Amino acid sequence: MTGKLVGEPVKRVEDPRLLAGHGRYLDDLGHDAVEVAVLRSPHAHAQILDIDVSAALDVPGLLAIYTYEDLTGPLAEPLPLLIPHPALTHGRTQYALARDEVNYAGEAIALVVAENRYLAEDAVQRIVVSYQPLPAVVGVAAARAAEHLVHPDVPGNVAANLVQEVGDAASALAAAPHRLELELAVERSASMPLEGRGVLARWDADAGRLRIWTSTQTSTGVRAAVAVKLGLELGQVEVITPDVGGGFGVKIVHPWPEEVLVPFAARNLGRPVKFTEDRREHFIAAAHERGQLQHVEVGFDDDGRLLGMSVRFWHDNGAYLPYGIIVPIITSTQLLGPYKLPAYRVEFDSLYTNTVIVTPYRGAGRPQGVFAMERTMDAIADCLQLDRTQVRAVNFIQPDEMPYDQGLIFQDGRPLVYDSGDFPASLEKLKKLVDWDSWTSYQAAARADGRRVGLGIACYVEGTGVGPYEGGHVQVETSGKVKVATGLTSQGQGHQTAFAQIVADELGVPLADVEVVTGDTRRFPYAVGTFASRAAVMSGSAIALAARAARAKILKVAADALEADPADLEIVDGRVRVAGVPGAEISLGTVAVLANPLRYAFDEASKAATQFAVGDPDAAPVPEDDEPGIEGRDYYSPLRSTFANGMHAVMVETDPDTAEIRVLRYCVVHDCGTLINPMIVEGQVHGGVAQGIGGALYERMAYDEAGQLQNASFMDFLMPYVSEMPDGIEIDHLETPSPLNPLGIKGAGEAGVIPSAAVFASAISDAEGFQITSMPISPSELFELRRQQGESPS
Amino acid sequence: MAEPQDELHEITLYVNGIPHEVTVPARRLLSDCLRHDLRLTGTHVGCEHGVCGACTVLVGGVPMRSCLLLAVSMHGERITTVEGLAGPDGTLSPVQRAFADCHALQCGFCTPGFLTTITAALAENPAPSREQAREIIGGNLCRCTGYQNIVAAVLRAAELGQAELREAEIQQEQQGDPA
Repeated sequence: MTGKLVGEPVKRVEDPRLLAGHGRYLDDLGHDAVEVAVLRSPHAHAQILDIDVSAALDVPGLLAIYTYEDLTGPLAEPLPLLIPHPALTHGRTQYALARDEVNYAGEAIALVVAENRYLAEDAVQRIVVSYQPLPAVVGVAAARAAEHLVHPDVPGNVAANLVQEVGDAASALAAAPHRLELELAVERSASMPLEGRGVLARWDADAGRLRIWTSTQTSTGVRAAVAVKLGLELGQVEVITPDVGGGFGVKIVHPWPEEVLVPFAARNLGRPVKFTEDRREHFIAAAHERGQLQHVEVGFDDDGRLLGMSVRFWHDNGAYLPYGIIVPIITSTQLLGPYKLPAYRVEFDSLYTNTVIVTPYRGAGRPQGVFAMERTMDAIADCLQLDRTQVRAVNFIQPDEMPYDQGLIFQDGRPLVYDSGDFPASLEKLKKLVDWDSWTSYQAAARADGRRVGLGIACYVEGTGVGPYEGGHVQVETSGKVKVATGLTSQGQGHQTAFAQIVADELGVPLADVEVVTGDTRRFPYAVGTFASRAAVMSGSAIALAARAARAKILKVAADALEADPADLEIVDGRVRVAGVPGAEISLGTVAVLANPLRYAFDEASKAATQFAVGDPDAAPVPEDDEPGIEGRDYYSPLRSTFANGMHAVMVETDPDTAEIRVLRYCVVHDCGTLINPMIVEGQVHGGVAQGIGGALYERMAYDEAGQLQNASFMDFLMPYVSEMPDGIEIDHLETPSPLNPLGIKGAGEAGVIPSAAVFASAISDAEGFQITSMPISPSELFELRRQQGESPS
Repeated sequence: MAEPQDELHEITLYVNGIPHEVTVPARRLLSDCLRHDLRLTGTHVGCEHGVCGACTVLVGGVPMRSCLLLAVSMHGERITTVEGLAGPDGTLSPVQRAFADCHALQCGFCTPGFLTTITAALAENPAPSREQAREIIGGNLCRCTGYQNIVAAVLRAAELGQAELREAEIQQEQQGDPA
């Protein structure tokens, strides 16, 4: 391995196509497809009394209207509960089309197929549904109060209750010299990719096969689910992920109602059928995340050392729970961050509400957990009048204590054991980057000028690269070009580039000769998906192993051809050479020709592999333990997750009059182990920080009491433009490689967003002189908090 | 039951220098007409209410949101989409090259709207300041990049554009000055 591309800021191979306007996203495909529109519930909670489609039937171009009554077999059953858990005692999932009852405004009731979307929407408008509205349960407080139930057979609206405990938290709290309690809240936001959901299906009646393109984070997951729902053999279904215009978690959910209904309609009608979600639909019919209320009790000593902690929180899981309780499990475990805690008890309720479902959004429960722990750290520092970094440092797990077992069960069902990290070194880097030690004097000078400035800090540990596995396939073609496939999908992370860097290094070929395909079940049918910052760890590792297998085969075939010892061979620039013997070399393309014994030549080069040209007449052309061709296929399935970590600092200025919050500096120290492509990693951090700033200061899902989402548009849901971003994000990397995989990678996709709510709360608290306990925070909310603190508006 | 909005209109659009005769219902959006009638799918639709800017095309050189325009209202107009930014031989424009140089795109969905917007802005102001670069992209949403590298790409595109201009001038001088 020459190692010359891994670690380099290689320009992305994806870009020329995307920049020329030649990307192929879901709605760019299927120009011949007919289109669907979905009739969605206008009520957050209601019984469906009657659906009258008669007025829609004479809309020109109408092809079909489906309601629940048209669904049969597995398709008439509720959609799958993807991740069962023993604590999830009351799991409920929705029907592909509502049966009798709707539980959130936006729930699908009827699917209309017409010649185009305009006509399908015309027909949707003419369907008359009679509803009996029911009281809506909106927000965590209402769900806990359980005055009304979302599902009549789920007492207290509690889907799941889970307790984990290490040590004896109650005793540790009772014995602690200092104790604090905190009440905290985090509101909803959402992934909000610029491209919404979408699916296109073609039924080939002659072959009895279904081909689906879908804007997903898991093509293999969709394939398995659609096969079951439509009663097809797995081999009859192919799922292809085209270019995907962002995911950020929401597209890991599957199958969406439309993902089973569109293939169903395509098979029924014998026409290609397409669904393209519009923006309003994405707000009311996809998924949200983040909403939690938290109660923290902590006990600590005079140095701020944690002695015991008890956390109780309530998680809003929306109307249904297709993704199980992964998000609150992550909150409850990743809350611990880089700290040692002798006694910890955590209990959560996952609660139903009559709102859009809650599934992982970048960070996936970690931002809430980090918010709880880091607000606690600041509260301890405030209580003891200690420097906030000092309180954190005294609690750090030390590098020589790795691997460190936190004593809990993580989201992958395995022990929460940190593999690597050097938290004191990370903190030192951050303090230097942001000039922490000069802060007090800077702040004092600013205050003297009538300015309010604050500096915040937050630390996190992020379990990345969860299993169960990913695979990779590497094939050298007779042209010498290398074709690589892995099953997980891409949504803009630059996988084609990063994986090509790995293969180019492993095989000694130019980057331009490597082509990577992701998310196509025809090319690689075994895969899990792209989530939990796992793609580089899982597929990166699997592809490296597959490339090593291909390399071994190359060297074996080349050694025979060159009559050399494989140990004396090197591969440079796509040619296998005997080291130190000029001229003794063979191209990879020729090696690929020789590796596949032929009866029939198809071009000049392939003549070399035919039966009268090559081979030992006394041996089998393909030995018993071998295969034709140069291919490597391997899988990576780690014992448990890798753990990346990082620390952020933000400097804010709050306007003394208007309470406007402005970011002055944003600093990141980040440890994701080995960097494959630092340019891509920094891009991931930038994007995460932007989503974090949005989530901390601007974005929320404004549900009214009736469960109507009041801000379901980009006009009212305030995603950051460049004007909300600081001019520059300062990043420093620490690379402590993971011992768990061949490349030492730890994953970077979600990192940027994880500490945002915590770091902004820390900074605004520092600027204002009182503790912020609820995020996001708007200028008007900060203004109101000042008023409550007894400040009179200046 | 023909709806009034389904009355068909024959229009001509000059897209990327090529005249297209299209028959569209009055309610057909320019974005849908470009994408599905002309199959120029480089123009993307992110919000359908003119906020995100992904669908931005140039009409007579001026950036406009194609999701807010009816195709019939564009009869006779000169329209440039992202597919028209590269040279006739496929050479990427300075703005496109700058995006690749600066890693100013991730998923690429919002990118066409940024490229058209920046192209028009640099035609007006070929050497923007950093602050002006931020203003140029101030009306476009991107969910992937955090904008840092897009700001860098605006400045890089200006550099590349200026260099291209200088080169063209030198070539012109050489041609106009027979030795």
